[in-house]
Amino acid sequence: MKLIALLAAAAASAGCLAAPGAAYVDVPGGSFASVLPQGPVPTVSSAVVIEPFAMRSTPVTVTEFAAFVRGHPEWQRGAAPALLSDGRYLLQWSTALEPGTALDANAPVTEVSWFAARAFCEEEGGRLPTWLEWEYAAAADATRTDARRDLAWRRQILAWYERPGGMALPAVGGAPNVWGVRDLHGLVWEWVDDYNALFIAGDSRTQGDPDTLKFCGAGAINIIDRDSYAVLMRIALLSSLQAADTTSTLGFRCVRPHQGQQ
Amino acid sequence: MTASNFPRRREALLSLAALAVWPALAGNAPAGLPGDSVYRLDAALTDQDGRPFALSSLQGGPVLASMFYTSCDMVCPMIFETIHATLRALPAPERAATRVLMLSFDPARDSVAVLKKTAQARGCDDRWVLARADNGTTRKVAAVLGVQYRLLSDGEYNHSTTIDVLDPSGRIVTRSARLGAADPQVTAAIHRMAATRG
Repeated sequence: MKLIALLAAAAASAGCLAAPGAAYVDVPGGSFASVLPQGPVPTVSSAVVIEPFAMRSTPVTVTEFAAFVRGHPEWQRGAAPALLSDGRYLLQWSTALEPGTALDANAPVTEVSWFAARAFCEEEGGRLPTWLEWEYAAAADATRTDARRDLAWRRQILAWYERPGGMALPAVGGAPNVWGVRDLHGLVWEWVDDYNALFIAGDSRTQGDPDTLKFCGAGAINIIDRDSYAVLMRIALLSSLQAADTTSTLGFRCVRPHQGQQ
Repeated sequence: MTASNFPRRREALLSLAALAVWPALAGNAPAGLPGDSVYRLDAALTDQDGRPFALSSLQGGPVLASMFYTSCDMVCPMIFETIHATLRALPAPERAATRVLMLSFDPARDSVAVLKKTAQARGCDDRWVLARADNGTTRKVAAVLGVQYRLLSDGEYNHSTTIDVLDPSGRIVTRSARLGAADPQVTAAIHRMAATRG
């Protein structure tokens, strides 16, 4: 794992588009049963194949995003049109260029829209992860690739949600999971590329309602594993967002093609 | 599916005349657009004739915008029918000035040739733009149009179905989820635009 991380870091520093210090770690692909049904039958879970990818080991930080906006005036506060970011974009920053001292320089950047997050990742030669990639990476704990059945682990994640809101976010750099990815739980919400693919049926009893006609195909999705509260809260949050929305607890990380040997 | 939706020749000519005054291809969104105009999005699309165009090139007249995919046989044909019904419900000058953007969710299967065939099968004249883009651009346009979609493991798509009404500057003035007959909210929005423009 250490070797893979080193390889990823070396590859990152070699690429001219890569931001300095952006460390990606390889996440091997695999078969994965999402809490969201992936097949035509919305009540049955079916495992899907996740292709290998490399993921930023930590969410993008305030400092990293400040470097990005210095090089991209169109993404400075006040420059991006309302279509691409709402009025709270980088609102806590002291100026359009400087985050200021109220924010921890190594805290995850927040108050960024989906469009801004995407632009950052593109600049770094990457993209936002899909929901499946994020959920797959986040299913791992320190030793297991899929710890989701472990009730103790679930409780540990849920404890984060009991923390009072409104506090400044701490720096990135929590304990790595088995892939070497950090801070997937317990620090910040994260954008995914297909945030607008996670729509949830309000209530299956509305099946005969004409409103359901606005959903084509297998209809709106159900949740397979209703016990994965922490993941369900993410889905609920993401599915309520518009692409221009920003909040003080929503950040992002990027993914890139898998670097290592399979 | 009926083929009775082809407009009369005069309307087709009016529609061509309306087309001529619009820029064929714009680069970045021109300045002067409202901040929330969907034409602020830099999005490169391709139409059913294989011509590349910028999303922002649709500015200048009312646009009905929706998304679909050709192999969808349930709700998607109803979107086409609903838009035909909407166009029929408009007075001729408004009908001639209105364009339709139908962007595919499914660029892998909806090639230019498939889009062309679909346009013919659904009775779409020159006012209709059936478009495709790469996956990333498709996701971006869906985001600004407020459309949700996801690919299922069997190759079908789950998606929300809405028809957005864009004003000439690209602001979304109405979003309709009604399928079947023309939504009076949609026709009223286009009437208002025509009245404003005199």
